[in-house]
Amino acid sequence: MTLATIDRLPAPPADGVPAWLAARRTAAVKRFGELGFPTTRQEAWRFTDVSRIAEAAFAPAPKAKLSAGQIAPFTFGADEGIRLVFVNGHFDAALSILPALPKGVAVLPLSDALGAKEHGDRIAKHLGTLADIEQEPFIALNTGYAGEGAYVHVAKGVQGAPTIHLLFVTAPGAAGTVAHPRNLIVIDAGARATVVEQFAGLDDGAYFVNPVTEVVVGANAELTHYKLQREGLGAWHVGAIASRQERDARFHNFCAAIGAAIGRTDIRSVFAGPGGEATLNGLYLVRGDQLIDHHTRIEHREPNCASREIYKGVLDGRGHAVFNGQVYVTPEAQKTDGKQTNRNLLLSDGAKVDTKPELEIFADDVKCTHGATVGRLERLPLFYLESRGIGAALATRMLTFAFAAEVLADLTVTPVRTQLESLLTAWLE
Amino acid sequence: MTTKSMLEIKNLTAKAGDKEILKGITLTVNAGEVHAIMGPNGSGKSTLAQVLAGHPAYEVTGGSVTYLGEDLLDMEPEVRAQAGVFLAFQYPVEIAGVTNAYFLRAALNEQRKARGEEEIDPIDFIDLLEEKLKVVEWGPEIMQRAVNFGFSGGEKKRNEILQMAVLEPKLAVLDETDSGLDIDALRIVAGGVNKLKRADSATIVVTHYQRLLDHIIPDHVHVLAGGRIVKSGGKELALELEARGYEWLEEPATTGARA
Repeated sequence: MTLATIDRLPAPPADGVPAWLAARRTAAVKRFGELGFPTTRQEAWRFTDVSRIAEAAFAPAPKAKLSAGQIAPFTFGADEGIRLVFVNGHFDAALSILPALPKGVAVLPLSDALGAKEHGDRIAKHLGTLADIEQEPFIALNTGYAGEGAYVHVAKGVQGAPTIHLLFVTAPGAAGTVAHPRNLIVIDAGARATVVEQFAGLDDGAYFVNPVTEVVVGANAELTHYKLQREGLGAWHVGAIASRQERDARFHNFCAAIGAAIGRTDIRSVFAGPGGEATLNGLYLVRGDQLIDHHTRIEHREPNCASREIYKGVLDGRGHAVFNGQVYVTPEAQKTDGKQTNRNLLLSDGAKVDTKPELEIFADDVKCTHGATVGRLERLPLFYLESRGIGAALATRMLTFAFAAEVLADLTVTPVRTQLESLLTAWLE
Repeated sequence: MTTKSMLEIKNLTAKAGDKEILKGITLTVNAGEVHAIMGPNGSGKSTLAQVLAGHPAYEVTGGSVTYLGEDLLDMEPEVRAQAGVFLAFQYPVEIAGVTNAYFLRAALNEQRKARGEEEIDPIDFIDLLEEKLKVVEWGPEIMQRAVNFGFSGGEKKRNEILQMAVLEPKLAVLDETDSGLDIDALRIVAGGVNKLKRADSATIVVTHYQRLLDHIIPDHVHVLAGGRIVKSGGKELALELEARGYEWLEEPATTGARA
């Protein structure tokens, strides 16, 4: 598949998929053909130049075999309950952990779920309805060519499911290939679940991963959802998360971005019922020539919803970070309570941050605040540590760790928090 | 008394930005001694304390400071600390996200490494802490809080003394450690300093108030005014200052400029 020649896009795969899905894929490919790849002339892509992706030729990532040892750095040890592993976008049952699940909990490859009559209708109802192909070319591209992915369903009132780990790993030697993982997570009313999505690469080849995850959180349900982006440093990762929360639903999202040459995640979180809560937190560590971009959009469409957003970044070398946080409040969404913070710590002269809060508020009785900072470590705390005998290098690491770890402190999945703290420590060495 | 002095300050001058604050300080401190440095606000006494620790806000413009035979001014702040210099800050800095326990262990280990010693075993460190916490009459809970973060003024000063107890400096400089303390906290802080005194260590107590010197008895008292030591004496000088104030000591040339 060569994406550069958009006028000659290949047809989407039609291997035994239901007619409704074939139609959505065809529409998505057509829409991508119309949109084309974004350019830096478009506001949402002003700082993130994807021309290298647009100009490259990609083949679909082939199946590959990995050992348990190769994926071990991306696993969580003995307390891992459910794990689906996808290698180069293809489901790998041997590396997955699929225990007997509590009644009402379904975790399986999307292709299997499509054919299962208890899931098929639910997938038809939601898949492609949250992630917007009209405006977002990469979502259109994913929707058109999506291969495999995970389907997670937790039935009404079910709360005891273990943490669900979805691991998307790219095997060595995958340069020049693309995968479009597609996930659907549906948490029914009153249910509760935790899903950890992780993207990992095993070498620094220029492969491309373009995932999309759609999330539905039912009335008074709760989803804790993490995305850990640990691609290889030559990779291009452009992903999207689109969620919808019904009345009184809680959606707690956290995104960590450490890998990829270009790593972008767009999150769109919509309050579709009153009384909901959303947390969108994140941490990015950027160095070398990496570009890490987060675009978040929280849509307050109903009254009495609260959103909390804290993104923190640490930048070294010639690292470049982009943060754009939209908070959109419709006239109906009275008593909205929104707070957004983006804080960046620069460790080098060459690092750069473009941060922009965008509040569009059409209701009159709301409380919305935002703040963005870009700065260096303060001199006085450094001196305080030095005055106790701690050398400048260690003092810098200690204070940088403290700055970044603040957003990790609230992570409720302990093995994830511990792993991210270790990665942060290693990153600072 | 040792034959060689611990600290020799000769004609030290320093400025902050364009403002000259120390205008020629000369002072000798021997092991086993307690020196009190008193003076009105703006006299330069805190600046002197901070210059000794290598505070980046000040630039030394002249003179010399010899510590145990070495040029102190030539050392980075962490090297001074590793060599046994300790400044108890007037305003201890809050360090969010770093626990007291981690901070103190890191500081102790850096100092041990600099002396060519092994890092302390984590279990031994817990034992050491338990003993040192007694100096400031604290339980172990304080060690899991972030360094000075959300501490009261009194807790911050006690934390400085705890650090001093763990790091066992040769030269302790206490910068207005008594300011803002109620009488109980003052008793704990001063008691801590007294317990930590050794024959081979020296203490410089910078204070605005004579009150502290009821608890920490100085061997020498120096009065700083206008960036110079204008009078030195024994502990009775502190009482005289308490009774008469500082005005009678101010240099005529600078009197008008003092607040």
